[in-house]
Amino acid sequence: MPEINVTPLGAGQDVGRSCILVSIGGKNIMLDCGMHMGYNDDRRFPDFSYITQNGRLTDFLDCVIISHFHLDHCGALPYMSEMVGYDGPIYMTHPTKAICPILLEDFRKITVDKKGETNFFTSQMIKDCMKKVVPLNLHQTVQVDDELEIKAYYAGHVLGAAMVHIKVGSESVVYTVSVNKYAKSHISAWIDKCRPDILISESTYATTIRDSKRCRERDFLKKVHETIERGGKVLIPVFALGRAQELCILLETFWERMNLKAPIYFSTGLTEKANHYYKLFITWTNQKIRKTFVQRNMFEFKHIKAFDRSYADNPGPMVVFATPGMLHAGQSLQIFKKWAGNEKNMVIMPGYCVQGTIGHKILNGQRKLEMEGRATLDVKLQVEYMSFSAHADAKGIMQLIRMAEPRNMLLVHGEAVKMEFLKGKIEQEFSIDCYMPANGETATVTTNPSVPVDISLNLLKREMALGGPLPDPKKPRTMHGTLIMKENSLKLVSSEQALKELGLNEHQLRFTCRVQLQDPHSDPDTLHRIYTHLKSVLKGYTIQHLPDGTVMVESIVIKVSSSAEDTNAKVLLLSWSYQDEDLGSFLSTLLKKGLPSGLC
Amino acid sequence: MAAHLKKRVYEEFSKVVQVTHEEAPAKKLRLSKPSKSAALHVDLCKASSSTDALQYLLTFSRKPVEAESVEGVVRILLEHYYKETDSSVRLKIASLLGLLSKTPGFSPDCIVDDAINTLSSEKSHQVLAQLLDSLLVIGSQLPESPAVRLRLIEVAYKNLSDSSFGVRTKCLQLLGCLGLLEAPLGKDTMRDVQSIISDYFGDQDPRVRTAALKAMLQLHERGMKIHQIIYDQACRLLSDDYEQVRSAAVQMVWVLSQLYPESIVPIPSSNEEIRLVDDAFGKISHMVSDGSWMVRVQAAKTLGSMLQVSPHFLEQTLDKKLMSDLRRKRTAHERAKELFASGEFSSGRKWADDAPKEKLDTNTVNLIASGACGAFVHGLEDEMFEVRNAAVEALCQLARSSPSFAEKCLDFLVDMFNDEIEEVRLQSIHVLRQISTHITLREDQLDTVLAVLEDSSRDIREALHELLCFTNVSTKECIQLALLELLKNLNKYPTDRSSVWKCLKFLGSRHPTLVLPLVPELLSTHPYFDTPEPDMDDPTLRFWFWSLNAATSCPTMPALFSDHTFRHYAYLRDSLSHLVPPLRLPGRKQVYGLDSVDCGSGSVESAQLFLQQSLNRVSTIQNLEAAGAPELLDLTIRDLQRLGELQTELAGAADFCATFLRCQLLLMKALQEKLWNISVPLILKQNITVTAAAQQVLDESYKLEFLYSGLENRQVATIHHVRLQAKALQLILAARTRHGSCEKFLQDVESFQRLFLTELPHLQDSFVEKLLELLPRLSSCKPVEQVKILQTTLRQSGLLQLRLPEQIHRATATIIEPTGESDNPLRFTSGLVVALDIDATLEHVQDPQNSVKVQVLYPDGQSHVIHPKPADFRKPGPNRHRLITQVYLSHTAWTGEACFHLAASCWPTAPPAPPGWDGPDAMDGLPACRGTVEGTIPFSKHVKVFIMPKPARR
Repeated sequence: MPEINVTPLGAGQDVGRSCILVSIGGKNIMLDCGMHMGYNDDRRFPDFSYITQNGRLTDFLDCVIISHFHLDHCGALPYMSEMVGYDGPIYMTHPTKAICPILLEDFRKITVDKKGETNFFTSQMIKDCMKKVVPLNLHQTVQVDDELEIKAYYAGHVLGAAMVHIKVGSESVVYTVSVNKYAKSHISAWIDKCRPDILISESTYATTIRDSKRCRERDFLKKVHETIERGGKVLIPVFALGRAQELCILLETFWERMNLKAPIYFSTGLTEKANHYYKLFITWTNQKIRKTFVQRNMFEFKHIKAFDRSYADNPGPMVVFATPGMLHAGQSLQIFKKWAGNEKNMVIMPGYCVQGTIGHKILNGQRKLEMEGRATLDVKLQVEYMSFSAHADAKGIMQLIRMAEPRNMLLVHGEAVKMEFLKGKIEQEFSIDCYMPANGETATVTTNPSVPVDISLNLLKREMALGGPLPDPKKPRTMHGTLIMKENSLKLVSSEQALKELGLNEHQLRFTCRVQLQDPHSDPDTLHRIYTHLKSVLKGYTIQHLPDGTVMVESIVIKVSSSAEDTNAKVLLLSWSYQDEDLGSFLSTLLKKGLPSGLC
Repeated sequence: MAAHLKKRVYEEFSKVVQVTHEEAPAKKLRLSKPSKSAALHVDLCKASSSTDALQYLLTFSRKPVEAESVEGVVRILLEHYYKETDSSVRLKIASLLGLLSKTPGFSPDCIVDDAINTLSSEKSHQVLAQLLDSLLVIGSQLPESPAVRLRLIEVAYKNLSDSSFGVRTKCLQLLGCLGLLEAPLGKDTMRDVQSIISDYFGDQDPRVRTAALKAMLQLHERGMKIHQIIYDQACRLLSDDYEQVRSAAVQMVWVLSQLYPESIVPIPSSNEEIRLVDDAFGKISHMVSDGSWMVRVQAAKTLGSMLQVSPHFLEQTLDKKLMSDLRRKRTAHERAKELFASGEFSSGRKWADDAPKEKLDTNTVNLIASGACGAFVHGLEDEMFEVRNAAVEALCQLARSSPSFAEKCLDFLVDMFNDEIEEVRLQSIHVLRQISTHITLREDQLDTVLAVLEDSSRDIREALHELLCFTNVSTKECIQLALLELLKNLNKYPTDRSSVWKCLKFLGSRHPTLVLPLVPELLSTHPYFDTPEPDMDDPTLRFWFWSLNAATSCPTMPALFSDHTFRHYAYLRDSLSHLVPPLRLPGRKQVYGLDSVDCGSGSVESAQLFLQQSLNRVSTIQNLEAAGAPELLDLTIRDLQRLGELQTELAGAADFCATFLRCQLLLMKALQEKLWNISVPLILKQNITVTAAAQQVLDESYKLEFLYSGLENRQVATIHHVRLQAKALQLILAARTRHGSCEKFLQDVESFQRLFLTELPHLQDSFVEKLLELLPRLSSCKPVEQVKILQTTLRQSGLLQLRLPEQIHRATATIIEPTGESDNPLRFTSGLVVALDIDATLEHVQDPQNSVKVQVLYPDGQSHVIHPKPADFRKPGPNRHRLITQVYLSHTAWTGEACFHLAASCWPTAPPAPPGWDGPDAMDGLPACRGTVEGTIPFSKHVKVFIMPKPARR
């Protein structure tokens, strides 16, 4: 039986460093090539030596597919392609291709320039790597080679995030990152009922069912609005991509709706470039944004302007988005320091903060902060927390399963305990197998592929001519024909045609059988007795008594000869062709029983 | 000569083609008949190739064919059909068959057999499908002939086993549209239509499955009772791979749930049983999270109409459980509720106050929504606003029938006030208004609701004001909050003034007890000190409507008012009487206005009675010349007018009667003038007054017809009758001075007879009846005699009785903006356009999109009628429309400022414009406005707008 093997190199019962190997129908595919943000050593990148000890990966991989631009999904890409060596195609969607290099470059700068690491990929490597990228359009089927085809669906996690449907022959795998059903600024996930053999899904929030986004948004907007009305300033520390744009759109529309005048600023740098790409990929965004596009591009913000350092001291209300998101350094921290003293102001943390950062401290209610040196900072401003995570919750995953109807499920990118829960649920609700391999562990799924067979039209027509009800797709029906296997293709043709095609002569296969019979009559009489006997038993068959001393039942020939020694012992000769095997064997058993005595 | 003849022939020939649908003389029609089919025949014979033939057919199909020649054309087409080898031409012919049989006036039963015969020899599936389609058209043209139907159904049965999906689809369609509702008698071979159609629920082609479902739905629409066994099959189709199948299946399941709500179905995998409607509700709810948004919309819409579902299932639709790390988490709604219950309000968000609480048992968590669970939670959060809108709509319908559900869905509806799409927000506000009788808003909910007051969209704000008018709130803090927010709104958008005031009025009168404790603070009175008297233009003025309205039902409140309050009250009562109610103030002389408190609501019946009595009294006048009749009429008209002022409910009816009687009076007076007895040359002067009277009656009759809604045919007949009388009068007058013919008048009489044939028995002893008796004589005699006859009949005819219909309302329009009070002229650059915002309320106008226009009178006497776009009309309430539009004005330069006049006018669409219709009396004061556009009836007051050109730049 053919099988599909899935081996996570990262993300197996683990979060971070997504990298999954799939071998399907003889093809090897790498799904995502991420890095772990938590490590600075070799554990950072997936262990490519699993694929090959030395040498390039090109020979072992047919293609690499990147689902979205987060570094834990694409961070190791230049390392793999340039330093380990891979020259095959790398597939990603257009937005991912656009934004990915920005992030990689940023990441490289931090690691190399700030932390001073060596033996890291260079800018040139990023460029070279991006040259190998083949962009994907949504719902476009791309033929990687003759047999392998891939098709991208939108996943709605971040801009450009994709689910990929990988298909070899009739075997298929769907890989998806966190599917987001209720995305704010992106179109939401949708997939065909493609019934893949395996659905590989992330399960970060496997044990969470989320509340509606609307409540959270409303709270967020209300807070901002109230502060602005009081004349206070609002600081929103964000990371540059994804959520920041979402919040921008949210505030922008709100400003528009409520006719507000206070300025909104967005700190410069990386974000501006990213905003530019959001503008370009407007078709990837949600209904509202796409609808307004006729009048204007929503990402051409009307109310949001670029921030300048000096603006922080301006009087009057304002809203500022500043990086980084955890208030540990940079612009957001500077602004925070300036505004912390005024109780009219507010800081809104839109995401999770790592322990030790100022963000984490203030969220836990600390009102006095120690700064560099001995200075302390009194935090008088209001601190709010709003979570806007774009990961799918358990329900989202379940819905995806309902939509795609996979035969098997495979969970990655999540904690083992949580996966266990979801696995149980999936098995219970859908009664399909669910796997959760650890890193380096291989999950094997045997498939039951349907083998396509060409059938000749003539054969079908002949079958039709035989009559009977119209073919019912739900019921099997038997027919005669010859299966020819030739050059990797299967063909079902009529036997005559098969003979002709293969240049063979037709051979007849006949069975003959002798039956001893005790009968006192003469040969012709015996024959006649047999004839009448069969006539009474086999109704609905054509039985002929031929003048040359034979009885024909359909095509079966029966002859009688008496042996020389004993005239009473008659020998019946039965002969039938292979096609009439059923009838022939029935006749032979019937005649072996002898003739009934009451016959004339 | 020959050339001339030939030319004539061509002329006639060419005319024939274009004439057909106009009213051409009969002679030409006869000419056209052979030419049509003959021309086609020639064309088809000439066609050398099938492409040519196709071309001819295409051009042919664009021209109309008259009913008489259809059969001939069909024969020619069929003849060609059998000859034709190309299937595309045959396809076109087949489609032409259907097209031709739709020709009005043609009965296709003569071509049924031929059409059916074509089927037997046809090989191409596409042509076959088209032929069946044409047969469907033919069949639906002949609803009265069961024999044809039976034949067509047989044809459909025969072709159902075709291998092409197109043919099968058409056959199913045919069965659905024509299938016999009763089982055919005595024919066992023919199975029940339903079971045959349901066999195709399992067809391999999704299009056929859809067609089968649609055919079944069609049968249902035509009145057949669908069997319950279909339910299981339909439910199975809900999980079909194709969206159109699922969509149709949702409809099917819904239909069955309405047919058999109470029957019991088993739940699979358990031995419990539930009602079918509950089961269907669960299944359709499940479809709200379908993959295709079309299906989701369909499902969400459908849910709204399943009112029989049991409350238990209904409440499940709003169910949602949250969890985080396997621990139960409370939803934001629950948290808000708790905060409210504990008396703590808006404590500010704490870090992790939404932290998950108790541990959940993994077995009890249901990840996949089964049945009705959370259907609306999904629907309301859907990505597509169409789905959200449908869900809101459905919530509304369900909540209106179930108060407890209304209470539960409140949180969700309020959430929708913050939707990103305006339509959804508007929709949810409207919905909340509709269910407002069932609910009381909590403080936190009100807070969310009020936040929308700052929305920049006017529609949203006004919808919200409307909502607040009908809302019940729970505490006095709520009312204070609402008040403050409304004031904020007013500051931000001063244009909302009237709407906010109205809102305050209702808020006050709805919650008198909640207002009471707030009064001292809001009116800034103090127990000991005299506070400064507030300015009348101060925003606090607005509290007035509110507190005063509250005071009507709360007798203790006026005691809290200070002295100046009462003085202000008198002023406000006078200036804004619609907002300030009459109060019975202690120790003050009651100022009884027109609608004093005592003349309260109880007197509607008595007023009705009075109206009826007045009419009865009038009806005693038998003859127009009876003594004292004019006085009685005069009196009654006065009474009725007064009644209309007193009783707003009856204003329409009273007004209608008064106008009608006035017409009668005018006629009566005109006829009693002495002028009829004096000789022609002397009467010119008096003639003028009578002419004017006749004209006025005519005008009034048009007003009567078009300005009042709720008229029945009988009243319309009466009005037309009055008009006839006026026309007769005009005719007589005209005849006295010069000779005229009354041919046109006779036509009018005939059309009257045609239109109101059923009403004629009621018009006994009237002008018309007499006229109709004399009609043969009238039409034959000389004009002089005709006039004489008319005159006598007119004078002898009795007064027509007026019967009042149940409800009668006068259409009115009030232009709210521009107010016409502004002295500041609107400036514009001459030659360019200037946009003027118009905001008007229309009451009791039927079909305003088509009938209401804006009329602009330019200073130079020119008049324009502007058709507002259909989208400019909103419908804030029953019988009420709102027109918010922009009017573009333009003019050349002049020096001073000039005034434009605006009026909303009604454009009677049904009859042609009344002849000689001139400006209405409303414009009497304007000398320059005789140029009113013909055929319009203004129904609003004119508003003056000053505009002035900017000085031209050099």
